[in-house]
Amino acid sequence: MKINKILILLGVLVVAALAYMTTSKKAPEEQASAPDDKQVKVGFVYLTTPGDHGWTYAHEVGRQKVVEHFGDKVVTTYIENVPEGPDAARVIRDLAKQGNDIIFTTSFGYMDPTLKVAKEFPDVKFEHVTGYKRAANMATGNIRFYEGRYVQGVVAGLMTKSNKIGYIASFPIPEVIQGINAFGLGLRSVNKDAEVSVIWVNSWYDPVKEADAAKVHIAEGADILAQHTDSPAMLQTAEKAGVHGFGQSSNMKAFAPKAQLFSSVNNWGPYYVRKIQALIDGSWSTGEGPDHWAGNTWSGMADDFLVLSAFENMPDDVATAATKAAADIKSGANKIFTGPIVDNTGVEKVPAGKTLNDGELFTTLDYYVDGIAGKIPG
Amino acid sequence: MVMEALLLTVIMTSVPLILAATGEVVAERSGVLNLGVEGMMLMGAVAAFATTSLTGNPYFGVVAAATAGTLTAAVFALFALGLATNQVATGLALTIFGAGLSGLVGDPFVGGTVDGLHIVALPGLADIPVLGTLLFRHDLLAYLSIIMLFVVAWFLNKTRAGLILRAIGNNHDSAHALGYAVLRVRCAAVLFGGLMAGLGGAYLPLVLTPHWSEGMTAGRGWIALALVVFASWMPSRILVGALLFGGITIMQLAGQARGWELPSQFLSMLPYLATIAVLVLISRHRNFALTRAPANLGRIFVGVK
Repeated sequence: MKINKILILLGVLVVAALAYMTTSKKAPEEQASAPDDKQVKVGFVYLTTPGDHGWTYAHEVGRQKVVEHFGDKVVTTYIENVPEGPDAARVIRDLAKQGNDIIFTTSFGYMDPTLKVAKEFPDVKFEHVTGYKRAANMATGNIRFYEGRYVQGVVAGLMTKSNKIGYIASFPIPEVIQGINAFGLGLRSVNKDAEVSVIWVNSWYDPVKEADAAKVHIAEGADILAQHTDSPAMLQTAEKAGVHGFGQSSNMKAFAPKAQLFSSVNNWGPYYVRKIQALIDGSWSTGEGPDHWAGNTWSGMADDFLVLSAFENMPDDVATAATKAAADIKSGANKIFTGPIVDNTGVEKVPAGKTLNDGELFTTLDYYVDGIAGKIPG
Repeated sequence: MVMEALLLTVIMTSVPLILAATGEVVAERSGVLNLGVEGMMLMGAVAAFATTSLTGNPYFGVVAAATAGTLTAAVFALFALGLATNQVATGLALTIFGAGLSGLVGDPFVGGTVDGLHIVALPGLADIPVLGTLLFRHDLLAYLSIIMLFVVAWFLNKTRAGLILRAIGNNHDSAHALGYAVLRVRCAAVLFGGLMAGLGGAYLPLVLTPHWSEGMTAGRGWIALALVVFASWMPSRILVGALLFGGITIMQLAGQARGWELPSQFLSMLPYLATIAVLVLISRHRNFALTRAPANLGRIFVGVK
């Protein structure tokens, strides 16, 4: 019957289209010239799309710096919109099979999938961004985001009139808790009365939920907002309501010219370049020992991994205080997590004179510092 | 003051649910179970955002959203009504299709922003303390949601055309024997449902948050479907259900802000848990819920030639 033939043809077309569309999207940087033996192939896995003007955009900027720095010596490929979870392993495996020498997976949720694929491809190097598991061929890279949070806390403490700060957080993982606590420490260093209330939206990128959380914070009286999520929705809500906030990952000034105080901008270029160069030089290694600590690259303002955008929409004295706070962190004078640190129930958690080391920043922060209301969920 | 701002957010959160559920109740009363609401809402959302982004006019975006929702529903109607396929499977396929296509179309627009719908304060009424801000300072789509709710209730219960539609939903064979155009009425009902779902989807990027992100409806289409059952297929109760769901969604965020000690992951589940709980409670009263479902809901009709 005629209609059956039409339907079969339609079905074949749909399957063909699907097959075409499910092949990975490649970066426009594929070389046309014949591949050189010494050319390094670099793969990137992105959580969202560079168009998010946030987290992934910063990674894409980093990738472009790699291309700029190495020119013909590298070939880069990226795959975007890869959801966290088991399916990520398939995407990472694809990149490994395509002959990439080093693969950067740019979100916390790729941790276990990356580890799994790393075991299957011992000759390929893997760099997991913001994670804490490593192997002989899997390193981790991270930015000391919490350094920017401390400065945010300082600015918030000096700017707030209602003494209520609204924080929109994603998931209760160590990196996010570090950020909240650093914010609290910065806040308390200039303001003894303000309090931060945290709403967890359980997502990295959900503009509707982030906007809702921002509206709730504002309704409850917060006049400064901070976020550890990736969309500009919070800042736009802040702009509409006439309050202020901090941008995240990339400079979000374009979305909220009157509301943004400053953005913590992630600068991944130096980290990427450093690790690819190590691979080229033959010095890429995660060291010995079960933890492979030597494979952890974790730097911040000192190496310009973290850059603060211009301080705006604030009085000059606040900008000066913020600049000084940032300079102290960059020079190493202020290590932030130096005792005495008291939690929000009054118990001293870090004695005077002790500074938490990198491992402790991941394993011992199961409390909120003084200045943050509530308890860590879960 | 705090309560007023929170209540306003609750009302705004309910609008997409009211729009989508109002459309779906018409489709279901005519006997068609359209599970593609989520996909149609997403198509509406991406159409609204893309059009507003390109033309600068949010009202064009609203029109585009209605069109996108209707067209997606037309695909559903083609298969479920024209080719007599299983309505459940077709609806699910449309949801997945709508989610994927909207993601594809919306990809270049991620990270952008638009000027959404403006607030139209009703003169005089908007100045009433408290109620004025809550009820009479909204945008076009919010007013439309309430108006359409009443229009649909009146249509279904008080007009002859509504009676015919309900008759078709209850017993399509008898209706067909009486000479009513079963498939044509169902097709119109499904298209209307798609149109309303598109408008519901448009509310998210045009009013709630001026962004597009893939899958931004986050299950609201499914909640709208549940609301239709919750409301026992009566439009009047859709409003209550929508406010309940919207209320819990905002309340869990406010609870976190006030320091409630329940895990945030559990609080995120609350709106969905509450919907399921209410559905279970309603369904326990056999007289209450099941007898009100259109008797031929989801059943395939093939006209005897």
